[in-house]
Amino acid sequence: MGFYFVQFLTGLASASALFLVASGLSIIFGVTRIVNFAHGAFYMLGAYIAFTLTERLSGAFGFWGGILIAALAVAVIGVIVEMLLLRRIYSSPELFQLLATFGLTLMVEDLVVLIWGPDDLLGRRAPGFRGAVEMFGQNVPSYDLFMIVLGPVVLGILWLLFHRTRWGILVRAATQDRDMVAALGVNQKWLFTSVFGAGVFLAALGGALQIPRDAVHHALDLRIIVEVFVVVVIGGLGSITGAFVAAVLVAELNAFGILILPKVSIVLVFLVMAVVLIVRPYGLFGKPEAVARKTPGLSVRPWAPFTRNERIACLVGVALAALLPLVAGNYALTVGAEIAIFVIFAASLHFLMSVGGLASFGHAAYFGLGAYGVAFLAKLAGLPMILCLALGPLLGLAGAAIFGFFAVQLSGVYFAMLTLAFAQIVWSIAFQWVPVTGGDNGILGIWPEQWAAGPARFYWLSLGIAVAVVSILRIIVFSPFGYALRGTRDSLLRSESIGIDAKRIQWTAFVIAGTAAGIGGSLFAYLKGSVFPDNIGIGLSVDALVMVLLGGVETVSGAVIGAIVFKALSIWLVSQTDWSKLILGGVIVLIVVAFPKGIVGMIETWRHSWRARSDAPSAKPAGLAASQPEGAE
Amino acid sequence: MKLEAKLEVSGLNSFYGQAHILYDVALGVGAGEVVALLGRNGAGKSTTFRSIVGLVAQREGQILFEGQEVAREPTYAIVRKGLGYVPEERRIFTDLTVEENLEVGRQPRRDNAAYWTTEKLFTLFPNLGEMRNRPGGRMSGGEQQMLTIARTLMGNPSLVLLDEPSEGLSPKIVEQMANAILTMKKEGVSILLSEQNLHFARLISDRAYIMERGRIRFSGTMAELEARPDVRDQYLAV
Amino acid sequence: MSEAPRLLFVEGLNKSYGGVHAVRNVSFSVAPGEILALIGPNGAGKTTCFNMLNGQTPADSGRVVLRGQDISGKQPREVWRLGVGRTFQITATYASMTVRENVQVALISFQSKLYSMLNATQRFASDEADRLLGLVGMEGYAARPCGELAYGDLKRLELALALANDPKLLLMDEPTAGMAPRERVELMRMTAQIAREKEIGVLFTEHDMDVVFEHADRIIVLNRGSIISEGSPDQVRNDPQVKAVYLGDGLVFGQHAEAHA
Repeated sequence: MGFYFVQFLTGLASASALFLVASGLSIIFGVTRIVNFAHGAFYMLGAYIAFTLTERLSGAFGFWGGILIAALAVAVIGVIVEMLLLRRIYSSPELFQLLATFGLTLMVEDLVVLIWGPDDLLGRRAPGFRGAVEMFGQNVPSYDLFMIVLGPVVLGILWLLFHRTRWGILVRAATQDRDMVAALGVNQKWLFTSVFGAGVFLAALGGALQIPRDAVHHALDLRIIVEVFVVVVIGGLGSITGAFVAAVLVAELNAFGILILPKVSIVLVFLVMAVVLIVRPYGLFGKPEAVARKTPGLSVRPWAPFTRNERIACLVGVALAALLPLVAGNYALTVGAEIAIFVIFAASLHFLMSVGGLASFGHAAYFGLGAYGVAFLAKLAGLPMILCLALGPLLGLAGAAIFGFFAVQLSGVYFAMLTLAFAQIVWSIAFQWVPVTGGDNGILGIWPEQWAAGPARFYWLSLGIAVAVVSILRIIVFSPFGYALRGTRDSLLRSESIGIDAKRIQWTAFVIAGTAAGIGGSLFAYLKGSVFPDNIGIGLSVDALVMVLLGGVETVSGAVIGAIVFKALSIWLVSQTDWSKLILGGVIVLIVVAFPKGIVGMIETWRHSWRARSDAPSAKPAGLAASQPEGAE
Repeated sequence: MKLEAKLEVSGLNSFYGQAHILYDVALGVGAGEVVALLGRNGAGKSTTFRSIVGLVAQREGQILFEGQEVAREPTYAIVRKGLGYVPEERRIFTDLTVEENLEVGRQPRRDNAAYWTTEKLFTLFPNLGEMRNRPGGRMSGGEQQMLTIARTLMGNPSLVLLDEPSEGLSPKIVEQMANAILTMKKEGVSILLSEQNLHFARLISDRAYIMERGRIRFSGTMAELEARPDVRDQYLAV
Repeated sequence: MSEAPRLLFVEGLNKSYGGVHAVRNVSFSVAPGEILALIGPNGAGKTTCFNMLNGQTPADSGRVVLRGQDISGKQPREVWRLGVGRTFQITATYASMTVRENVQVALISFQSKLYSMLNATQRFASDEADRLLGLVGMEGYAARPCGELAYGDLKRLELALALANDPKLLLMDEPTAGMAPRERVELMRMTAQIAREKEIGVLFTEHDMDVVFEHADRIIVLNRGSIISEGSPDQVRNDPQVKAVYLGDGLVFGQHAEAHA
């Protein structure tokens, strides 16, 4: 009994830290609409800087002062980031901002290793809270009790701040309609900056306060960010009270999950999140997201199938790619095959995101399922390669059919988080179901048969399948189904009122995208000769998002270019430098600022304005030119 | 212009992306005047307002407010000088109470403009006074429209841009709106309003401009407009 | 209850939101080819009524019967398939497509080709789409991006979309809001003509009393969720209760006759 009570208290103490970070994320999202992926990085920076300061400064004042100064210092860094980077991209699509903050996270990960080294750091105990209190015959660290009190205190302070101060009222108003706040004479820029600073302060404080409880290391950011996303989503975006309740729930699930169900402890939290979202689509305390206000005059150029010339250009591109084995060596061909596989993966996510308007944060699940599908068929059933390649993706299809059914009931950020939860569940199964999946050791020895062996043959195989998959997806975009899907993205209301079962259409699209990702995964298993839980990991899902956004989410097939550029760049960087994350992150941030529409989106805009200028004498409206029927594929 | 000029706009050109929306718009509002900007939907009335308060990124031209050039200033700075703006959609903060909505609009007192307190506004809009702590989302459309105007008045503006104040309101509420605007005028607030409802504009305005396809096509007093059925027919499709 | 000549028959509709009775015991019927206006102050429950008719909002109690079939509790898409077209107060169209493509999507749905994946949409029923656009006077706009349309044109496009399933009943929520007087008359005349030709019943809400009194065959007045008056335009115009809660003393909309002189 006593043991469980202490376990409960430990959970509460963790909940406080989680709540600090989650409330910061929630406030930032509410006002700036930025899903701040770098929130975990700020948390980690808070911990590192607090570690250094508390080591240098002595005494109780030194410790507590160090914690506070660390949080303030990180808040200043946050403010600088907001002013230099985020201010430039507030008008970009929401996901693009996510990409920018992801780039920042990558940079911070390498920076902390550069400054503090790769080893775990153990911080000082908190003065005045070094001992333990005995309860029910168990020792409870007094620092835990301090944390337990701190959480509700911060909740109370935040509530007063938001309901009793002008700043708080302005923040709540801006959460709903930021342009209107500016139209009432409020300097929006500084409001945003102060909100971002406040949110980052909370994150860094959460990190700094953890040093007496936990070692500081350079993977803290990803660990916390996923948990915090879960907390914010369970509680309901923008709800501080919700964040508190959800933080307690998640922390207790973690504390007791380990005791009761050690095998599936990682899954438990995500399972609960999935259930909450299915029952309450906007989280426990959340409200439906207000329909985004469309910027007037932002005319969208309707998509059109390739013209003759464009199709010829694509054929030439493919032909050139097919000639690569004549000039390139084995290493380059292996890289080429990997790029082709990631083109498939990125194109499948792009189909879901840009045509369906459904941004999945867990698309790697279906890629990984395809890979494991092949591994099972090849190693356990011993089927020939051609059959494995044909049937392996069906595991991706099955996963997409099951998870997609629930996921499409939601939209926006909640959809993203539910897909992330499902991917984590799949990952946990692969990681923990050792007898079948081999767990962390994966499944080894999946090599292509003779006809596909060797870098050149495998490259051709991958290229051929990539071309086929991308072409089919493109045909679907311009088919009646593609239009119906795009319709559900443009206006759910209109779709339902002209007889379209929007959820079923979206579910079908989810299954198509999951199957296509599974095809990519199947090839990947043969490329690497093995499968690991990493093939389902968050990192891979994020890579896919980056590729899509880099290419341009508003284009028909931008992901192809995004995948080629991103994959080539990251493979090259890893081979050239130890600080690849720092450089890659920097490049991503630069691209976000320089190409807010993605690479392909930018090229299209250039082409369009160039054509508009050269067409000026005939004064042909651009829209008319773009939608002249040219005959389809 | 005989009156002291509150607002003088000249050579205003605005763009959304590559689309040219406003062409050399010129208009003015004198102190204490109520001026109507008439025109059909899509004529450019809202864009004109949005351009004046700096909500359209791409604009060229001169915008003098109380003799001061404001065309390069950000929205909040223009509004703080005393130029209030009530947008077309009601855009109240539905999660905030009536009093909190008003708080967002509050700005310091200005010497050259009427000073509004919440109490004074509650006498102008008695309905609002009865629901101070009600969240904006639980008010009717007419009450919300009153709140948007009250909220802007909290900034003590000397000039208010009202974008389509009668749109989507029932006839009875439209009458209340007309009375509120006339009271504002009595308090010395200058008003530029956009309208499609000619009857409504007639009741409250001193002068009118007519816009069509991003250009000003007519300018004159209400009496002059009365005498020009051809103009009304051509540009207002009455 | 016999309801032979009636197209739509609504009986005892109720809806509450968190203690507020938005719609209270509303009953009425619409005959084929009839144009019925639903008017009342903001917040009287007109849009809620509409949403209950096409299934967007479930009613707390009451029945909606379309051509003898009880459609209460059906989804909007099912109601549409039974022949109910709808336009919205705030237009809902597909901004990323051309005008023709918008109509094509409605036709794809009507012809149950939603899951056709390997054909090109460009050639799908484009003649039929153009015919529908012609019906609302938008032939020349077919290739224009929908996102570039003026407000009045979007309203006409909505009408074309609502007509794509050959409806028996049209629900139009403030169809002429934001349009110039002549455009309003034009749109309503077009609607009336189509309705009479095809025997379509039309139910619409509107704040412009000129439009209402000119085009409605019959008017229902809602206030605080209940019907307070029902009858011909003349009956409703002279109803003292309607004047008190809705029309006012005619200061603003009194010049109805002059406006169309």
